[in-house]
Amino acid sequence: MIAISSIVNIALRSLIANAMRSFLAILGIIIGVAAVVTMVAIGTGASEKISEQISSIGSNMILILPGSTTQGGIRMGAGTQQTLTMADAEAIAKECSAVSAVAPVISGTAQVVFANQNWSTGVIGTTPDMTLVRDWNVTSGRFLTEQDVRSGTRVAVIGQTIVTQLFGDLDPVGKIIRITKIPFEVVGVLEEKGQSMMGQDQDDIIYVPITTAQRTLFGQVLPGRVKIIYVKANSLEEMSLATEQITALLRQRHKIGQKQEDDFTVRDLTQMLEAAKESTQTMSILLGAIASVSLVVGGIGIMNIMLVSVTERTREIGIRIAVGAKPKDIRMQFLIESVFLTTIGGIIGLVFGIIASLIVSSAMQWPVSISVLSTLIAFGFSAFVGIFFGFYPAYKASLLNPIDALRYE
Amino acid sequence: MQVIKFENVIKSYQFGENELVVLHGISVSIEKGEFVCIMGPSGSGKSTFMNIVGCLDTPSSGKYYLEGIDVSTMDVNQLAEIRNKKIGFVFQQFNLLPRATALENVELPLIYAGVPSKERKQRALHMLEAVGLKERAHHYPRQLSGGQQQRVAIARALVNNPSIIFADEPTGNLDSKSSIEIMEIFKNLNEIQGLTTIIVTHEPNIAAFGKRQIRFLDGRIISDTKS
Repeated sequence: MIAISSIVNIALRSLIANAMRSFLAILGIIIGVAAVVTMVAIGTGASEKISEQISSIGSNMILILPGSTTQGGIRMGAGTQQTLTMADAEAIAKECSAVSAVAPVISGTAQVVFANQNWSTGVIGTTPDMTLVRDWNVTSGRFLTEQDVRSGTRVAVIGQTIVTQLFGDLDPVGKIIRITKIPFEVVGVLEEKGQSMMGQDQDDIIYVPITTAQRTLFGQVLPGRVKIIYVKANSLEEMSLATEQITALLRQRHKIGQKQEDDFTVRDLTQMLEAAKESTQTMSILLGAIASVSLVVGGIGIMNIMLVSVTERTREIGIRIAVGAKPKDIRMQFLIESVFLTTIGGIIGLVFGIIASLIVSSAMQWPVSISVLSTLIAFGFSAFVGIFFGFYPAYKASLLNPIDALRYE
Repeated sequence: MQVIKFENVIKSYQFGENELVVLHGISVSIEKGEFVCIMGPSGSGKSTFMNIVGCLDTPSSGKYYLEGIDVSTMDVNQLAEIRNKKIGFVFQQFNLLPRATALENVELPLIYAGVPSKERKQRALHMLEAVGLKERAHHYPRQLSGGQQQRVAIARALVNNPSIIFADEPTGNLDSKSSIEIMEIFKNLNEIQGLTTIIVTHEPNIAAFGKRQIRFLDGRIISDTKS
């Protein structure tokens, strides 16, 4: 048996001898592998981005929205009727076993002033549980406390955008801001959350105690009524149980009869995002599949070049056979040449793919996710393409009749 | 000892309905150490005869014994082995690999014999020295004259210590001076080393180097004379 190193040597020499042709042959593989790596990186990057957003909203979160009013047979849309109360929120916290935290909310938009700066932002009146529901901690100072809610103190916890807009480089904790002309003390600053999935700036926010919001900021709200109730379920598995418990409890509390419709809506936000994540995963598989097609096309290019090479080197094959090369030696030589071509193409394609994914992910501000697995698959696949598309030309070469091959001009 | 023994060898090709018989039952034997020249016009069957003797082709019927071994029924791999170990070929067109140096061309049969790289280089270099081309070992074929290329081809044919050397019109592409040089090499190989040598030629002055002349015509041997 002839040594592998000799065959590799023979294969390498003939590839170098035809450098330009070899390069053109592997161009298809380079593009194919680069496309696969990039597409998979984009796909996984997108779904990682969504996962990030899911956790930024708060994991296992359920929203309870008030129902709609009906005026003369015309239904006015969700939230037109203030059917949810503080008491509902307390009852959910107390009676629903699948729920771990409950934060009722009253919100509105208000002009906020500090020194000579002013800014219009969303002001949310809520309870201390909000920090649990949204998995959102303060970077300095403190969040709202039970004491704040009970006494209706004028304190505010502000988001990063408010810090930049009003305070610049100053430390906001302890400063007094005016929300619709009413002074509030800033007691804490929230950590940065970034954009929501809908492109909203989640850091453009001020939290105040719900009682304070009701009494001093949004006086038009009926006493004890809330706009939305945020709920956190114990776990992802208990999300649907929590939803059921809440629905049953609220129907009972709101005295809704068997055939009547709910006067509230329970919305499972995480589920929506999970669905979005699933669809991006499907998308990334699709992108990968399309990119794989280009790899196959690249493989056909390799086969084409190898067939040309076999024809062109008929005489060389004849000489080798005449001096004692067996069909399998000839087969190996051409197979190794084609695997070598695709492997080189795979390596170059990998480099291009990684560069392209880095560019894309930095442009889209996605996490970079070049998985080892996807690179291995792309690489292995390109070697496989070399064997698959190299086999026929190699087989053809090994079947050559030495007498005809030696006479070939 | 009989190196080659043909027993009623027939070679025919099928062209649709027509059968073309190229060799009509050849029976001949060649002893060890003979220097045989095969002559005949083109189409006489001498090339087909050489291809079968050289194990590049197999007979349609009849027996061919090479050193007492029946080769006519061997498969492609066994024939490759025989070509590699027992037979050295020299062709009219030299048939060197254009992208390999003289040394690498001579190494070629040893690669397929599975000889380790270091020993390969040594033996190939030794062979090139024997044909007087040691200084040209790292030249490519295109940098060598016709006579030099043919000497590289002879070195390649000899490197694996074959029992027989075949040359098919070895001087056909050479000028008369180089032709004589090449024939001198064959003559020395035969006389000094006792190597069985078979040369196909149509030039009478080349054939005169041989000690036995076999003439082919229309697929049959018409004369077999020893000089």
